[in-house]
Amino acid sequence: MRKFSYISILMMVFMVVASQTGWADDATLDTGDNAWILTCSALVLLMSPGLAFFYGGMCSVKNINNMIMMIFLCMAIISVQWVFWGYTLSFGPDYGHFIGGLGMAGLHGITPDSLSGTLSEYTFIAFQATFAIITLGLILGAVEGRMKFSACMVFIPLWATACYDPVCHWVWGGGWCADLGILDFAGGTVVHINSAAAALALCLMLGKRKNANIRPPANVPMIALGAGLLWFGWFGFNAGSELAADGRAAFAWVITNTAAASAAFTWIVCEWIHRGKPTLLGMASGAIAGLVCITPAAGFVGPLGAVQMGIMAGIGCYFACVKMKAAFGYDDALDVVGVHGVGGTIGAFATGLYCTKFVMGPDGVDGVFIGWGAEGFHQLGMQVVGFLATWAYAFAVTIVICFIVKYTTGLRTTQEAEDKGLDLSLHAEAAYHLETESTGTLK
Amino acid sequence: MKRVEAIIRDEKLSGAKEALKALGVAGMTVTEVKGHGTQKGVTEVYRGRQYSVDLLPKIKIEAVVEDNDVKKVTDAICEVSRTGSIGDGKIFISNVEDVIRIRTGESGAKAV
Repeated sequence: MRKFSYISILMMVFMVVASQTGWADDATLDTGDNAWILTCSALVLLMSPGLAFFYGGMCSVKNINNMIMMIFLCMAIISVQWVFWGYTLSFGPDYGHFIGGLGMAGLHGITPDSLSGTLSEYTFIAFQATFAIITLGLILGAVEGRMKFSACMVFIPLWATACYDPVCHWVWGGGWCADLGILDFAGGTVVHINSAAAALALCLMLGKRKNANIRPPANVPMIALGAGLLWFGWFGFNAGSELAADGRAAFAWVITNTAAASAAFTWIVCEWIHRGKPTLLGMASGAIAGLVCITPAAGFVGPLGAVQMGIMAGIGCYFACVKMKAAFGYDDALDVVGVHGVGGTIGAFATGLYCTKFVMGPDGVDGVFIGWGAEGFHQLGMQVVGFLATWAYAFAVTIVICFIVKYTTGLRTTQEAEDKGLDLSLHAEAAYHLETESTGTLK
Repeated sequence: MKRVEAIIRDEKLSGAKEALKALGVAGMTVTEVKGHGTQKGVTEVYRGRQYSVDLLPKIKIEAVVEDNDVKKVTDAICEVSRTGSIGDGKIFISNVEDVIRIRTGESGAKAV
């Protein structure tokens, strides 16, 4: 009896001490956080079909199904790759600051009671899966009209394993980028620069289409629909990256929206001045450029920083799409490099300019334009290291993967397939049968 | 009987229809076509890429009329469709061997 009450007093003392030090806090599921991040997982997953429409509308009508299908293929393949080895490589126990291990392959050892911070670990797994999926989807906008579908089936899992999972580990899984204090709130490097560098490598390896096969966008309203779905889902992407349903998540929502709006407006002003007329394609592209740019910064910068980053993205990505691609001559069909590469790089850099302790707390950093001090310049330097390393690694690894694909399934379609359009050549499936009577009939 | 095939600017269609109706022309077939005569193409710009568009959208109106109505029909179409700029279009007149009304089986001038 005496022994029992001695132990129970000890336990009570332990629990009081533990709650003061926060041990007990980390060990419980917060249902608010968990509900929010599960919701965000659905929002971010919706960004993949949204991306499919955003890109699809920009294609020639003879390639529209193929573009949308390649992105759905990412959903189909990466969802499984993530569970079997993607999650563990990204977030498993660290090896050399480079990669996680295979200890959690197949989600081994994780149960419905496992926690990741205040979330169920499955919530974290789900949320991160949607990021991996869309990163692969982004790359494929560069390859319109000329990549074999079998090549996609090999490329997608290889790239996720060799490129997405390591970079994800560097930044979010406890790798070297995290060690250096490189700031990337929701994936400026992991998602946007990573996919853009890959897109550049892939479109260089594929080669250009014939000029005769490069057509105006088939369906501009579809582009705007996709952009709207992306903008909506991006709230899950950015505000969800707080991994909690708190004030900083709400602040990230406001910052994200402000940057998107600022960039959309800036793009059409640029267009109006440069070309004489603002366009819907321009407005949609501007919004996406702003969202890309603010992605690494959404939980680190304030509203004035967001507006300025939106303007930088609007101007920078506009000229990247309109001048840079023509100047260098690579056939990045849907401007993955111009929007995600340039936008992501501007964003990663500007995070070092505008990050502020006001949002980050006293353990944070005041960027160059906030604190005008040495720590800002140091942070800016770290940001540069992060994006340069990501560009270099992703580009190099993608080139290697392209060679592997080229000498297994082959990378590029035939010229006849490109001329006829991939919907009919690779899929024997026309996108539209809008005539009432002259369509095929049941056999 | 003659077929009057008029290729006119898109935006002149409603005027041309009214004019033909006023003349008592019973029927017509309208198709949306693309083409050019001496009119130069236009350049369309989509996010930095320039496209030369030399097949321009036009409207083709076809009507079959009696030989002695041809002049007043073509005069009416020309009057409503003319702007004076290159690209106003052309009218082609050809012979029609026969016309058959499907509902009744009538043929010849009665069927126009």
